[in-house]
Amino acid sequence: MLSRVANAVYWMSRYLERADNVARFVHVNIHLMLDLGLEHDNGRWAPLVAASGDDDDFRRRYDDPNEKNVLHFLTFDEENPNSILSCIHRARENARTVREILSSDLWMAINDVHHLAQKQARRRKIGDLQDFYLSIRRAGYVFTGLLEDTMTHGEAWHFADLGRMLERADKTARILDVKYFLLLPSLEYFDSPYDAVEWSAVLKSVSAFEMYLKQHHTINYKNVADFLIFHPSFPRSILRCTHQAARSLHSIVATTGRETSVEGSMSTIRSFLADATIESVLNHGMHEFIDTFQTHINTLDRDIGQTFFAD
Amino acid sequence: MHFSHYHTDGFYDELFLSDGQPRPEAAPLIAQINALSSKDLRRRQRAAELAMFQQGITFSVYGDRQGHEKIIPFDILPRIITAQAWAVLERGLKQRIMALNAFIHDIYHDQTILRDGVIPRDLVLSSACYLPACQGLTPPQNIWAHIAGIDLVRDEHGTFYVLEDNVRCPSGISYVLENRTMQKRTFPRAFDAMRVRPVSNYPNQLYQMLRGLSGVEDPTVVVLTPGMYNSAYFEHAFLAQQMGVFLAEGADLAVSDGFVWLKTTRGLRKVDVIYRRIDDIFLDPLAFRPDSLLGVPGLMDCFRRGTVALANAPGTGVVDDKAIYAYVPAMIRYYLGEEAIIPNVPTYLCSDDTQRQYVLDNLETLVVKAVNLSGGYGMLIGPKSTAEERNTFADAIRANPRDYIAQPTLSLSRAPTLTPEGIEGRHVDFRPYVLSSDEVFVLPGGLTRVALVKGSLVVNSSQGGGSKDTWILED
Repeated sequence: MLSRVANAVYWMSRYLERADNVARFVHVNIHLMLDLGLEHDNGRWAPLVAASGDDDDFRRRYDDPNEKNVLHFLTFDEENPNSILSCIHRARENARTVREILSSDLWMAINDVHHLAQKQARRRKIGDLQDFYLSIRRAGYVFTGLLEDTMTHGEAWHFADLGRMLERADKTARILDVKYFLLLPSLEYFDSPYDAVEWSAVLKSVSAFEMYLKQHHTINYKNVADFLIFHPSFPRSILRCTHQAARSLHSIVATTGRETSVEGSMSTIRSFLADATIESVLNHGMHEFIDTFQTHINTLDRDIGQTFFAD
Repeated sequence: MHFSHYHTDGFYDELFLSDGQPRPEAAPLIAQINALSSKDLRRRQRAAELAMFQQGITFSVYGDRQGHEKIIPFDILPRIITAQAWAVLERGLKQRIMALNAFIHDIYHDQTILRDGVIPRDLVLSSACYLPACQGLTPPQNIWAHIAGIDLVRDEHGTFYVLEDNVRCPSGISYVLENRTMQKRTFPRAFDAMRVRPVSNYPNQLYQMLRGLSGVEDPTVVVLTPGMYNSAYFEHAFLAQQMGVFLAEGADLAVSDGFVWLKTTRGLRKVDVIYRRIDDIFLDPLAFRPDSLLGVPGLMDCFRRGTVALANAPGTGVVDDKAIYAYVPAMIRYYLGEEAIIPNVPTYLCSDDTQRQYVLDNLETLVVKAVNLSGGYGMLIGPKSTAEERNTFADAIRANPRDYIAQPTLSLSRAPTLTPEGIEGRHVDFRPYVLSSDEVFVLPGGLTRVALVKGSLVVNSSQGGGSKDTWILED
């Protein structure tokens, strides 16, 4: 396939996954505020901006990380390249440049969610957005399903899958990092009832709550972190996303027959995860672990670009 | 009874006779429409428009950052052409495109038609779309215009005329195919009852034609687009998808060792046939406009060597020139020894002293057109113009007489159209599509464009025009 097309498919998929994840974080946070009876506690919104990695941009353009500002920044802010609106817009622009290779159903689904976001944004009201976040999440499932069921599982599919899995691994890592690094007010807070509510919220944001309980029955930060990082088959765990990304990458390298070091970068990530345990992660610091992981992901992303998308 | 107040107002109406009765061929359709309530009719109209919006059959509104898009309005009342009328049109279109191809080949080779004085040499060589770089080129099968869209109009007597030839990059075919899909959902019963000829095979015909341009057994075919911000981008993607071929932008292609290559994830892949939807002068910055970022440097050289086929060949735009259009009946006589089956609209060339004087003296009744513009731009409709507009055009004509032609204002035919005020007559034109290789194929259908503004004669989508499905009936 064309290098430009591979690039566009990869990013289309990443941006949709990103929009989905932002919607998840925000939606779960709204619930969390309600559960904790903290609707008016503005301090609870700043970590969401931190999780998106765009706090510098936020501080430059907004005075206060209150609910209204944070929701606007993450949802409809056209100047924030990672807002839901921007991600969906960019996903669709990418889809538009390659629509001849997408199934009509897939294209229409992307087009639909674009129109939905545009319509919602024109209302310019940060009020009851819960339905909107749910629709974005649902659109994520529709996209995944259509990709699975209406596209040949060939090169384009693998590029889409690769983009989706890397984005997802990155976002699961971020939410863990933020929860761990920023949400903790003090050490006594660990494993208190409030803490359980918050860790539940983290699990729910990646749709892992029920699957986690089947395995561990009660909420405990160590088990939650273990589940989200190391579960071998939960679809949003870091390990599982990395494995699936590796499979797609391998398939791409095999079909394109390219001499490349890109699989080496992937191996680095896989051994990094294989060598770690939940104990070593907690002993050496969650934040450091996730930071290193994200650096590896960025290196891999750069290598993918240089190998397959460059002229 | 949607048509109880319908009047043809002295115009030729595509579905009604002057006494207000439906034409016999339109009767089943009119009956089905009459059986619907107004509410139902409007619901079907809205459903069709919504479906087009959802499928992204839209064009971008230029200069809008967050991508506001519009659909080209689709009117759910189709236009009907009988088998008898179509048989004549089909013969006329084949005749015309054969003469046009013969002419293009001639002027880039021996120029016998110029030598014999049938068309003034100056007129042809001064055309902005005549490309000296194409002199001596021999495209496959000597065919230059593989894909043509010929604009036809009908006068108050129902006679068809050719209004314009479009053989550079005629657009609109995707609307023909999508309109048909919508239309079948809208009036399924009438559609079945009336035996409408299918159009859905066009992408396959186009693909076979493109393949045939290459001697390679399994050629790589690409559609070359200026990119997603071009207003016809939907069509480029649509055609690539329907043919299952690559959609490429200029930057996806590279020339090396005398061949054109596609940049793919597997490395470079040789390209054999390019269906280009980029204008001649942007195709190759080395041969034409050096500032073009849309094209591929070195492409013309490959075309000249015959390592890649281009459809349409560069240089065909010369017959889109509205001053050269005036000589097409003479070309038909010269190359084929026949009279034109579909007549031209009488045309005054402003480059001729006598004709120019006539044009300047009669601006109020004529339509003046710039010879190389399309899309309804650069046009003066005399009867609807202000004195100021006429003065501006008069000055422009005197300054650059070669750039203008004029034609009588035609009383274009009308077709019943769903408007906010109910069903009313609106002016229409018609663009059928012609594919040429060793045989000439005319698609039994085409794009009917409709001027949605009451009384307007301008059907272009950039100027408030919409489109209709066109039903060519079986014999």
